[in-house]
Parts: sequence; C-alpha cells; structure tokens
Amino acid sequence: MVHTIGILGVGRVGSAIARTAVSAGFVVNVAGSGSAEDIQLLVDVVVPGAHAMSAADVVASADLVIVAIPLHKYRSIPQRLLTGKLVVDTMNYWPPIDGVLEDFEQQTTSSEVVRDHFTGAEIVKTLNHIGYHDLEIGARPAGAPGRRALGIAGDSLAGVAAVADVIERFGFDPVATGPLRSGALLQPGATDLRRPPYRRATP
Amino acid sequence: MEIGAYSFGDTQLNEDGTPRSTAEAIGNLHRAIIHADQVGLDYFAVGEHHTVSMPASSPGTIIAAAAAATKNIILGSGASIIGTDDPVRVFQQFAIADAISGGGRVEITAGRGSSVETFPLFGYDLQDYDHLYAEKLDLLMTINNSPSEAVTWSGTVRSALDDLAVVPRPVRGTLPIWLATGGNASSSVRAGQLGLPISYGIIGGEPRRFAPLADLYRRAAAQAGQTGDSIKVAVASLGLVAPTKQEAMDRFYPGWHNLTLEMGRLRGWAPQDRRVFESQTGEHGGFYVGDPDEIADRFVALQAHMGHMRHFLQTDIGGLPQEHLLESITLLATEVKPRVQRLLEKK
Repeated sequence: MVHTIGILGVGRVGSAIARTAVSAGFVVNVAGSGSAEDIQLLVDVVVPGAHAMSAADVVASADLVIVAIPLHKYRSIPQRLLTGKLVVDTMNYWPPIDGVLEDFEQQTTSSEVVRDHFTGAEIVKTLNHIGYHDLEIGARPAGAPGRRALGIAGDSLAGVAAVADVIERFGFDPVATGPLRSGALLQPGATDLRRPPYRRATP
Repeated sequence: MEIGAYSFGDTQLNEDGTPRSTAEAIGNLHRAIIHADQVGLDYFAVGEHHTVSMPASSPGTIIAAAAAATKNIILGSGASIIGTDDPVRVFQQFAIADAISGGGRVEITAGRGSSVETFPLFGYDLQDYDHLYAEKLDLLMTINNSPSEAVTWSGTVRSALDDLAVVPRPVRGTLPIWLATGGNASSSVRAGQLGLPISYGIIGGEPRRFAPLADLYRRAAAQAGQTGDSIKVAVASLGLVAPTKQEAMDRFYPGWHNLTLEMGRLRGWAPQDRRVFESQTGEHGGFYVGDPDEIADRFVALQAHMGHMRHFLQTDIGGLPQEHLLESITLLATEVKPRVQRLLEKK
C-alpha cells in the first residue's frame, strides 16, 4: 500500500498531481530542481498540505515516486537516485514542444528509455495522458457514472497493482494496458485506446 | 478596473474555409485598435504569434503604428516572446512607440511563449527555453532601469553591453514591463521577486483556480521587499460580448472550433465539440462569452478572487468576422465598463 507519495517537479503537472494526492489523503512531499527553501512559499500557497523537500529527501521517504518534470530535463535526476523505488513516469515525448531529443528518437516508448536509464527503478507509465487541469476537475469517487479511466503500463504486476490503487484513490478508473512497452497506447500520436478487452486493473 | 482587448491577428477565411491574406488580417487588427481607442476601451495588447492564422508577428511594429493612430488607449504586447528575440531591439521598438504615442501609453509584456514557433524561426534550441527567457528578461529590465542611455550588462545568451547607448529612452524614463504567465507557479514567484506586474493568461479551466497563484505572487513580492504600484495583476481571457448571450455564443463558437481543430492537429488533441465549449461559458468558466450584464458580473466576481486591476479579452480567433470583433470592443467599452464601475462602487 502506498502511503507517502514523492513528486519530482512542481510545475503545472507536478503541482496538480500533488494537490490531487493531498485531496486523496496521501502524505505528499514535493521537490523542484533546487532546495526545499526555493519552493517553500510556492508549496505553501499552491499545494497546501504538501511538504517541500530536496529531491533526495522526496525520493528517500516515498513509497511511490512520481516524475513530473519536462522530458528534456530527465537526466537532471541522478541516475541512481531512483534505484529500488517504484516510479510513475508522467513524461511525454512531443518534439513540436520539446524539440528533437536524440535519446527518444527510437522505436521504444519514452518510458522504456527512462527505465533503461534509471538502473534498478521500477517504472510504471501513467498520468501522462490527462491534462493537468482535467486531473483536478475529473476526479470522481469510485462508481461515479462516467468516471474517467487512466491507463497503466508496467512490467511488474505488483508495481502496476500498487499504482492502480493510487489512481483509484486519485479518482479515476485504473486500466492496466500490459507491460511497459504497451505504454505506446498512451503516448502522443497513439490513435486507438478503445481496443477491447480492457478490464479494470483492480476488481 | 481597466477593460481591454488583445489579439494575435486573425486571418479571415473564405467560404470554402481557405485562408485569406495575412496582410488583410494585420489591416483589420490595426483598424480594430483605432476603433477601440475611439470608443474608449482602456487597453489593447498585440502578439506574438508566427502562424498563417495568427500573423501578428511583430508586436512592436503594430504597437508603434497604433500609437500614431490613437490618442488615449494603453497599448502593449501580449506578449513579446523575449527568449527568442533581442531585448535591445524589443526595448527600442517599444521606446519608439512610446515616443510616437506622446509618452506614457506603451507597455511591454514579456512572455516565455506557449507556442514554440519562434525557436526554429529564429534559430534557438527549445532546451534553452527557460535559460534564454530568464537572462533576456534580466537584460530587458536592466535597459529599462538604466538611469541614462548607457547600458552595461553581461550574460551568456548574447554579447555583453559595455556602456553602450540604447536609444531612445522612454518619454517618462521607463516603460511598464509586465510578466506574462500561463499558470506555472514559479513564474508567479519570479514576477513577485522581480517586482514586476503580472498578467495571467487564463485560456481554459476555471479562472478562480488561479487565485492561489495571484496570492503566491503577492506573497513572493512581499517576501522580496517588492512593494508599490508595480505589484498588480491583470487577467487575459478568451471571450466575446454581444447584445445577447445567444448571439455571443453563436458568434464565438465557429472560430473557437476552428482554432481547436488547428491546435488539435498540432498537439494531438481530439476535436472538441459544442458541449465542451458551452461548459466553459458558464458562470465560473474560462470563456467570457455573453451579454454586457453577464460579462460585467463575471469580471467583478473574478476580481474578488484575483484582485486584478485589468481584464482583457481575445475575441478574434479562427476567422471571426471583423464586425463581431468591433461590436464586442464597442460593448466592452460602452456597456461592460460602466457596469463594472457601478458594481465595484457598491462593494
């Protein structure tokens, strides 16, 4: 069970995820690119209830790490920092906005590149395919009619299950799409999410 | 509260949906600004985009022309994409516009840019986005705050200025420089720390959700010891005013729909339908589309959350017929503004 969520990134995506997680009752720690002091005021005002920390402290204390930084800054996270952690990758590769990034100009999905870079981290792909203000507006209690679903791709069944529970508590129906490479369905440019059969990732 | 309008230029469409000329769009924009001044609108901002449908690519040029053709209206960029421009040039263009205006009517709004057309166009790397903006904003402010024509500055994104003249100087010594933001919280902190007035571009979602950002801005300013007249907030929104709500909705929707199709192609969004549009035009929505009473009510309601001193609307998108733009401008100045004044006086 995930109790403490650590979020790397306090931009629009990171802060929206942090507010969602606080509302859902998690302990939420967040880090920017600098020290805790750099973002203390920001966190106090826009993510009340979350705690500002350094990236190292956020990761160390987290049951689940959520990476919400621009993709082209992914290497700013020390390569070994995420070793042994369960990590949600919310990043997308979108060249018209990010520019061409050679690391991601290949056939594999962006999360597989991230997985291969952060040795020993268990990477799960989700939250990348919902707009940051839709995340806050779209959250609904379980069973609410028309509740939105989010896809989850990951190689570890236990990791996917743990993240699915978090997505459920955030207010969305979790749908496992398969191993991490199945995250291709969730990436920019994927055209068909309605391929059956999808079942809820948690009963 | 000041009431205004802004535009990126809006290329008109032929019956078959093909675009008309970008030059015509610029002419329309120029005439709309003159009209706004004539009917007494407080403020008009221009730019900056570099697309066939939004061709107001040089805010400084358009503002200078408008300065010559208007008497009272405050003119500004909305926003100048300074990361991919030369701050010396931007400052010169706006100082010249200021001189032409007679002084005190021209402002610069510095933005990072939400679209990235300028990066390949001017030969910059998207990965330098933040760094370019931070340094060039610093240079722009250094020039503005210089007590004389001579400017000294050094950084990494362009050559140093070693006691070089940047001319002309603004008539009143400096220009108001605003920082434009789309909702990234650290931009609110930056503006507060720098003591710059801040302009929130709220193009979707519920505007009152931006209240914490305005609060963050004011607290960051106080924490940094920044006080005084420059600590103020403006809000930019999409909208259109017409004599009735139904007319406003029917006038604005086609252009909005065209824009979402175009942006959807670029950014991978699914087409959005009328229900999405209508959900944004309600009391707490992001689109200020309605009759003068409703728009005035909603401006004043938001003011309780944001404490803003200026609200300005972008109306001409997706090929909006020019007459609807002009009528919206007229209604903003002659119907919405007096209602807003009365409502605020009652408080």
